[in-house]
Amino acid sequence: MTLLVVAGLTKRFGGVAAAKDVSFTLDAGEMLAIIGPNGAGKSTTFNMVGGQLRPDSGSITLEGASIAGLPARAIWKAGVGRTFQVAQTFVSMTVAENVQMALLSHHGRSRGLFRDARALYRDEALVLLAGVGMRADAERPVSELAYGDVKRVELAVALASRPKLLLMDEPTAGMAPRERSSLMALTAEVARARSIGVLYTEHDMEAVFAHADRVLVLVRGEIIAAGTPEEIRANPRVKQVYLGEAGTKAAMRARRKAVA
Amino acid sequence: MDKPLLDVSGLTAAYGRAQVLFGVTLRLRPGEVVALMGRNGAGKSTTLKAIMGVLPPTGGTVWFEGRAVTGWEPFRVARLGLGYVPEERRIFTDLTVMENLEVGRKVPADGRAAWTPERLFSIFPNLAEMRGRRAAAMSGGEQQMLTIARTLMGNPHAVLLDEPSEGLAPVIVEQMADGVLRMKREGIAVLLSEQNLSFAGAVSDRAYVIEKGAIHFEGTMAALEADEAVREAYLTV
Amino acid sequence: MDPSFLVLQALSGLASASSLFVIASGLTIVFGVTRIVNFAHGSFYMLGAYIAVTIVPRLLDLSYSPATFFLGVLLSALLVGLIGVAVEVLLLRRIYRVPELFQLLATFGVVLIVEDLVLKVWGPVDIAGPRAPSLRHGVEILGQRFPAYELVLIAVGPLVLGLLWLLMHRTRFGVLIRAATQDREMVGALGVNQARLFTLTLFLGASLAGLGGALQIPRIPANAHMDLSVITDAFVVTVIGGMGSVPGAFVAALIIGQLQAFGILIFPKVTLVLVFALMAVVLVVKPWGLFGRPEAASGRVMPPEGIPALRRFRPAETALACLAILALLAVPLVGDAYKVKVATEILVFALAAFSLQFLVGVGGLVSFGHAAYFGLGAYAAGLLVTGPFKAPMELALVAAPLVAGLGAALFGFFIVRLSGIYLAMLTLAFGQIVYAVCFQWVEVTGGDNGVVGVWPSSWAAGRNTYFYLVAALSLTAIVLLRRVIYAPFGYTLRAARDSATRAEAIGLDVRNHRWLAFTLAGAAAGLAGGLYAFMKGSIDPTLTGIPLSIDFLVMVLVGGIQTVMGPLVGAAFFHALKDAVMPLTEFWRLLLGLAIIATVLAFPRGLAGAAEALRGRRATAPKTVEASA
Repeated sequence: MTLLVVAGLTKRFGGVAAAKDVSFTLDAGEMLAIIGPNGAGKSTTFNMVGGQLRPDSGSITLEGASIAGLPARAIWKAGVGRTFQVAQTFVSMTVAENVQMALLSHHGRSRGLFRDARALYRDEALVLLAGVGMRADAERPVSELAYGDVKRVELAVALASRPKLLLMDEPTAGMAPRERSSLMALTAEVARARSIGVLYTEHDMEAVFAHADRVLVLVRGEIIAAGTPEEIRANPRVKQVYLGEAGTKAAMRARRKAVA
Repeated sequence: MDKPLLDVSGLTAAYGRAQVLFGVTLRLRPGEVVALMGRNGAGKSTTLKAIMGVLPPTGGTVWFEGRAVTGWEPFRVARLGLGYVPEERRIFTDLTVMENLEVGRKVPADGRAAWTPERLFSIFPNLAEMRGRRAAAMSGGEQQMLTIARTLMGNPHAVLLDEPSEGLAPVIVEQMADGVLRMKREGIAVLLSEQNLSFAGAVSDRAYVIEKGAIHFEGTMAALEADEAVREAYLTV
Repeated sequence: MDPSFLVLQALSGLASASSLFVIASGLTIVFGVTRIVNFAHGSFYMLGAYIAVTIVPRLLDLSYSPATFFLGVLLSALLVGLIGVAVEVLLLRRIYRVPELFQLLATFGVVLIVEDLVLKVWGPVDIAGPRAPSLRHGVEILGQRFPAYELVLIAVGPLVLGLLWLLMHRTRFGVLIRAATQDREMVGALGVNQARLFTLTLFLGASLAGLGGALQIPRIPANAHMDLSVITDAFVVTVIGGMGSVPGAFVAALIIGQLQAFGILIFPKVTLVLVFALMAVVLVVKPWGLFGRPEAASGRVMPPEGIPALRRFRPAETALACLAILALLAVPLVGDAYKVKVATEILVFALAAFSLQFLVGVGGLVSFGHAAYFGLGAYAAGLLVTGPFKAPMELALVAAPLVAGLGAALFGFFIVRLSGIYLAMLTLAFGQIVYAVCFQWVEVTGGDNGVVGVWPSSWAAGRNTYFYLVAALSLTAIVLLRRVIYAPFGYTLRAARDSATRAEAIGLDVRNHRWLAFTLAGAAAGLAGGLYAFMKGSIDPTLTGIPLSIDFLVMVLVGGIQTVMGPLVGAAFFHALKDAVMPLTEFWRLLLGLAIIATVLAFPRGLAGAAEALRGRRATAPKTVEASA
């Protein structure tokens, strides 16, 4: 089932086209990776889907409803959860409180003036944290966590609203290698179990080629290739402008592991 | 053989109360390329920052060019001939290519052959074509080359290179490796922090492996590549 | 209207634009490199004028010529530049890494110190300066006479702009300034002595302020109020132009100059309001000013200031708090009338400070004009009971928070669109609008003198009764506000402060929440203002001014910006101290200034151990700091 349809998405910054006529689709339960060099327009594309940027033109539809140009909070309400390249959490709060904030918002109670916020949706938050393996850390300040764990908390926050689409901007950036694969495996598991579509950008070839169902390659704001990881790895143009020798080797290693 | 150019011993550093380095000891000899390998958060960048003085160390000593530079302000360390290329590119995007080079310009104390923009342009020809262009209008790879050119304008004897391959397209990583080898040919010693073993292996003579703020391996690059146990335990494979 | 008159009006607008640009260019350059919004820039300007009225006449005695006059002006500018160097070396150098709020307060401390020193050195009487030789006459333009000196001033602006452009693009120093404006740490790592670069930048910036002041002496006499009056204009110009942008400051100064020249013809009563209203409009359309850019992410990496984590009272603390309140409530039983008055004031200021803490500590919204809402409440109450309505106190005390809340809602609508230093500047601007209205709208507000006869209803007229009324209302309001901090609304506000990006991405309407918070805090401050008006029996514009806003901030700081109840302690401590010390010395401002600076230097990351907690946070999660990109 097609979840997300992006068509003709374009964004310019002062005359420079950061994204040109970007089009793709994403099915429920599918993992779609966007790769490309720095400055290729990955984050721009991503932020347009997430509502952090307004597209100049083009359409974005989620389950048939247009979400292009809506503010981030409206896109969230439409069923899109996201994590950020540099993890964004509420650093003055505990792990549980971070998730509770998302739940408060989900239940439309963020303007409550008198109830004690810490008592609201606590159990629900703990269940979400258990889902990402962070139940034991619920009472710790999120600022104390190792970076990999912060990313897990972010995932729990993103899942709090039961999203249909999950956006993850470089989910494994800044993580230790072992944490990387376990976070991606966890994401893939959740996505398939709940039929959530996952759109993610990545520099780590392992995270791309071991977990993606399909891959888009973006260069200078344009999609130069799209297909299965096998097709992308074998694409000579992609090898020339992006993967190079080392990237191709890494991709092969990752595929071998994924298949094995 | 040579006396070390950079001699770091027992270096400790902390962010506030959280200690990050627990006695890092390493050496860099003239003209060699040394990789400081380790995972994210292992203390690689912190080590470079503490050497440079960007983060003042809490203990240990740093000798450079035969002088104790521990706790010096970064600009004084830089003037002694130690270049620093930080993790993010951090070029001055509002300035032109020439102006970026001007910020990095230092006349060497010992009067050694100075790098000039013209000489740098012969190495990085695509920079030559855009000398008047604002750095904001350059591609990521071009900006990366500019950071190196800018550092060379200071006529360093040694350069600290923080995560040179991080976040770059693999094809740009290959250019980066050429840049490091070029510095080596020019007689500049390089200490680079790296997670990527294939990149480090392509450019480095020796390697240290850091984990939790302490050195766990020291040896030639070949020895590290052969030591599966260390690689498994501490590095990206 | 006569066209020649319009031309002359435009010319005089250009002359003031020139002066304004010279001053503002210094402010914007210093901000660009140091990221400090320097309140003391107005003091540099004032010192320029005072030094010029002192040395220029002596020089003219030696040789009476225009060259001598301008030489004297330049010399004054350079001397001020040296004073700027001293301020940089002694103070600014130590506070580059502290939160914005502390920086602003520290430079305001310099303002207070300089004010008292100027009074000490030059006395309280205005000092008229000499006119420029050969430029005393008028020039005939379209049949009207126009002062020749003003024509010179018109030329000075573009001249300074041109010289600055050359400096910025053709000299190494200028290139380094522009590089440091973007990323000063990197400039240091490339071997540039940052300390010296900053010192030189301050020299340049302070010289420009001094030049601006010295050039004014034929037009206005040197006086001790020049600093604050010019600094708000200079803030407006730099903010409209985009902070850090010299060409932006030039364009903004031109706009402001013309607006003032023609605004005075059309709306003579509200010229001040026009300027600030323009700033509000520009910032809503372009949140970083006309030529500004989003504050460079690499420039400021700092954890959010304010309350780190909410914690409940421990039993001992509850007991202590109850004891303190009981002691305060017992004052009328044991103390004399004077002590009761002080205790009443403390309760009033505690509410005002607490409402400010709600914004600053919980919301991360640094308000530099909180007195505006305090003053709105006071004026609403005062004018209702004394004006044509002759309303009773009870109604006035209901109206006070409503009017202040409405004012806060109106201003807040614009304010919450901004962040960081721009937000602080806009709160200051709105504060000045309220001040200007109270000051200029004499028929209604009584202008400078204010209004007297604001007395409570007869049942509450007794000093002790009124004290208990204040205690009941103030403590209730504080308890309710505190409740809100722990409720979902307060948590949401804190979430938006920690990461606005994350808050929006989980569906929270950050702007709307901040707007509601601003309104709520404004209403609470308004209640405090209303209570204060009845206690004093009068209202006047100082209740809306910058100094009172600063007092509130100091109360918050003294009590601890990272605690929920600290501002109450701060209000008590600060007010009691002010009350005890002020009568004993003529140098209250000097002492206050020194005290503020000492506080900032001794506790650069906020008070007490919370500072360490913050540093620890940076270490474990260096990437959680929000990038403003």
